[in-house]
Amino acid sequence: MFIVVTTMDSGESQVSEYQNRRWMNIRKLLERSGPFCHPDFEPSAEILDFIMNSCKVLVVGAGGLGCELLKDLALMGFKKIHIVDMDTIELSNLNRQFLFRKNDIGLSKAKCAVEFVNKRIPGCEAVAHHCTIQSLDEGFYRQFHIIVCGLDSIVARRWLNGMLVSLLEYNDDRSLDQSSVIPMVDGGTEGFKGNARVILPGMSACIECTLDLYPPQKTYPLCTIANTPRLPEHCIEYVKVIQWAKENPWGSGTALDGDDPQHVAWVYEKAQERAMKHGIANVTYRLTQGVLKNIIPAVASTNAAIAAACATEVFKLASSCCVNMNNYMILNMADGVYTYTFSAEKRQDCIACSNTPHVMEIESNATLQVIYDKLCEDQGYMMKSPGITTVINGRNKTLYMSSIKSIEERTRDNLKKKVTEMGLYNGADILVADVTTPSTITIKLKLIENEDVEMSR
Amino acid sequence: MASPSPKSPEQSEKNKQYDRQLRLWGDHGQATLENGHVCLINATALGTETLKSMVLPGVGAITIVDDNNVSDEDIGSNFFLEITSKGLNRGSEALRLILELNPAVQGHAVQEPPDQILQENPDFFKSFNVVIATALNEKTILSLSQHLWDINVPFMLCRSVGFLGSLRIQMKEHTVIEIHPDNDQPDLRLDVPFPALVEYLDGVDLESAELKDHAHIPWIVFLYKAVQKWQTSYQNMWPMSRKEKNDIRNILHEFMKIDNCGVPIYQENIEEAMKAVNTALVPTFLPSRIQELIYSSAATNLTKESSSFWIMCSALRGFVEAEGKGRLPVKGTIPDLTASTDHYVKLMNIYRSQAAMDAEIMYRKVQQIVTQLHCDSISEAEVKLFCAHAHDLCVIKGSNIATEYQLGSNVASYIARHLEEPDVMMVHYVMLRAAEMFISEHCQSPGDWEPEADIAKLKTCVTKFLSDISCSPFPKDDHIHEMCRYGGAEIHTVSAFLGGCIGHEAIKIITKQYKPVNNTLIYDGASTNTAIFTF
Repeated sequence: MFIVVTTMDSGESQVSEYQNRRWMNIRKLLERSGPFCHPDFEPSAEILDFIMNSCKVLVVGAGGLGCELLKDLALMGFKKIHIVDMDTIELSNLNRQFLFRKNDIGLSKAKCAVEFVNKRIPGCEAVAHHCTIQSLDEGFYRQFHIIVCGLDSIVARRWLNGMLVSLLEYNDDRSLDQSSVIPMVDGGTEGFKGNARVILPGMSACIECTLDLYPPQKTYPLCTIANTPRLPEHCIEYVKVIQWAKENPWGSGTALDGDDPQHVAWVYEKAQERAMKHGIANVTYRLTQGVLKNIIPAVASTNAAIAAACATEVFKLASSCCVNMNNYMILNMADGVYTYTFSAEKRQDCIACSNTPHVMEIESNATLQVIYDKLCEDQGYMMKSPGITTVINGRNKTLYMSSIKSIEERTRDNLKKKVTEMGLYNGADILVADVTTPSTITIKLKLIENEDVEMSR
Repeated sequence: MASPSPKSPEQSEKNKQYDRQLRLWGDHGQATLENGHVCLINATALGTETLKSMVLPGVGAITIVDDNNVSDEDIGSNFFLEITSKGLNRGSEALRLILELNPAVQGHAVQEPPDQILQENPDFFKSFNVVIATALNEKTILSLSQHLWDINVPFMLCRSVGFLGSLRIQMKEHTVIEIHPDNDQPDLRLDVPFPALVEYLDGVDLESAELKDHAHIPWIVFLYKAVQKWQTSYQNMWPMSRKEKNDIRNILHEFMKIDNCGVPIYQENIEEAMKAVNTALVPTFLPSRIQELIYSSAATNLTKESSSFWIMCSALRGFVEAEGKGRLPVKGTIPDLTASTDHYVKLMNIYRSQAAMDAEIMYRKVQQIVTQLHCDSISEAEVKLFCAHAHDLCVIKGSNIATEYQLGSNVASYIARHLEEPDVMMVHYVMLRAAEMFISEHCQSPGDWEPEADIAKLKTCVTKFLSDISCSPFPKDDHIHEMCRYGGAEIHTVSAFLGGCIGHEAIKIITKQYKPVNNTLIYDGASTNTAIFTF
């Protein structure tokens, strides 16, 4: 059977018998064949043995989705589960993160979740990592069979996606070595809506292939905030962006903290004053907090449904008892319950997973700023604060880097220079680093002659 | 330096705890939820996962009816049972562990079979806002659903078998004021402007405005002026056709300021006006759905028992026929648009005041009706909310589960039509019904012990069901085989998905916000597919 105990006394033998009954529900799926099974599926008791004793699954995020995922996986037989989250528990988590209680506020989410599930489900050996995903290295990620994400940050998703792509290995004929593929199941929710997807890095559409599926971030133009506010949000943004820095209510150097009720109250009152002055209604404390912290509404039910859909896919991946979802499901529970599953397409020139040299076309008289803007704005890149370096005569040269203040000041003027002035040429490589990816990306520049001569006055 | 001390009181503990959901259904929705009392029959994994999604957001109270004792299989699939629960009453154990999630929720466990309660104390069910049942047999489904239909208590019948699951909602009638539509249509009345709006629109002079001011005039004004200009050639007409709308676009183009070289200067507000030509010029009308509502018998034959919704519908009919001149009360909101603060605030207040006036008239009409009927009063806030959403009112008329189970001609042809399509999700429905028949006949789930041997027996049930709806047997046995493979197993993640959906729909039913499923949801976890059927 699935529990191989060589030196067992009578007590332990009762436990294994007992566990047999306990897992009867999933054993029916794993030990019986069916007409709709995956073609590779061979029913056997060994599959549950694999799920329980060999298959290592990493859950990324121990929030609304993560708590559900941990419970779901443990009840589907997985024991070797790791969970990573850097956050600590807050009161506003408790309406959906069901493994936490008021007494747990301030404690590590990952540790608390693991403790609860290991206690409730005997045999479960979940392990917590209270740290950022970026602080764990290749070796850590490589140990898992499957990774499942319940994150609220697109940047973190992209970073993890980049990590899994960087673990891919290619054969001599440039074909993908499939044993290096770690499947990634990704879930996300926002209010009554959510999505779940299955990514086989290098084989199917990855996070970077489908960046256009994320809605653009809501931003307010500075001139509107400053000169022509219309909405209560504009008044709050004004206080946040302009008035706070001007008045420094808690002394210069104290950054506005959306989690500090005193700070929120101050912004709320100033925003109200501004709204009053302009005859704008509906600045509320809740809205103030929402704008300051960019709060996304969340409810237990949506998280439960999306996490369950993800966990079902993990179970299918681990057992082959069923063909996986192909490959992206959206869920909308605002009007009835609606789901739609479609096959998101792999981008041939994907910056992360295409395994072909990346080429950027720019005009030959373009400035470095043009490259920088393309990296931030082009649908294929959408980077946050790219650092650009190159190699000239065998030596690294930093062209622009905004993340480190001293380097930013030193390299700022380069943005206005033409790329050709800095030693770049047609076919030159630039190396780009960004928070959205764990590894540096090499991009080949293709300089094209400016055709619209008459336009350049 | 002394710290500033803002005077605003901090949010209450409860507001903080529920913050993320209050942004969805508001304080009033939360208050309704906290007064809600839900009954769960059978604390299966599906049952407890459903309750979890209601207890966390703070439903008022839960009652679990379950006379089963906890088995090993229960512990293997249900998170709200623990190893030490084995052999104890399942409802009480589940209740204990679920209530840990939220101390604000009240809970009760009743260790009696539902059939016994139906016989001895049928009034038991009257106090619930919704009754949710899992793992019921056919006989109990029929008697319980009929009883709940008769006493008008919403009923949610749920199943989870293998990769399949279903939810059937039975309600006589469900009314929703706030459906929270994804894209809210503006209600601008440019074709029938009310006096305050006319005064404002006529007061804006496009010609004399300097570029800076010109670029900060709301597109609504431009569009209105464009139509006025167009109407100098087409008296008493309104631009409807594609050509006429293009005329309007051309006029809008002429409104653009010109730079020194004679090139029109790009203006965001005029660009917005161009985009709005298709939507904002749709003449104001009474949507036929709303017309049906206000002239339906529930709104025209009010009684003392009529709900506030129907009383307000009746008042709305009065408004439409008199002051509204065939139109609904003004919504009172405008979309965000490029404008100076002054213009935007002025324009918004004009719409807002008109909405307040309309709501005031509505409130008086409602009060009149309430006085005539001697029924419970309706607050002004309630009437205001109703008016603001009068364009989106929603009524769902439900059907009886007993009728569905009798497979009358309408139900039969509905199922047959989907089977012919062929719609595999309807095949799943048939399989779930056939498995239920199997259990009635054989007292165990198909494939529970002998998957191969049960295929023939289950096939008999399927064939019987299909012949009852005048359909020929399925050409292949694959779905029958698959159901026998499941052997009645409850798979946790399938129940967790459905539990999330069912808890969610129950919250919609209690809060009367958002449209619930009408009336059947089928889920197939194997293909990651859902379908909605309306029996």
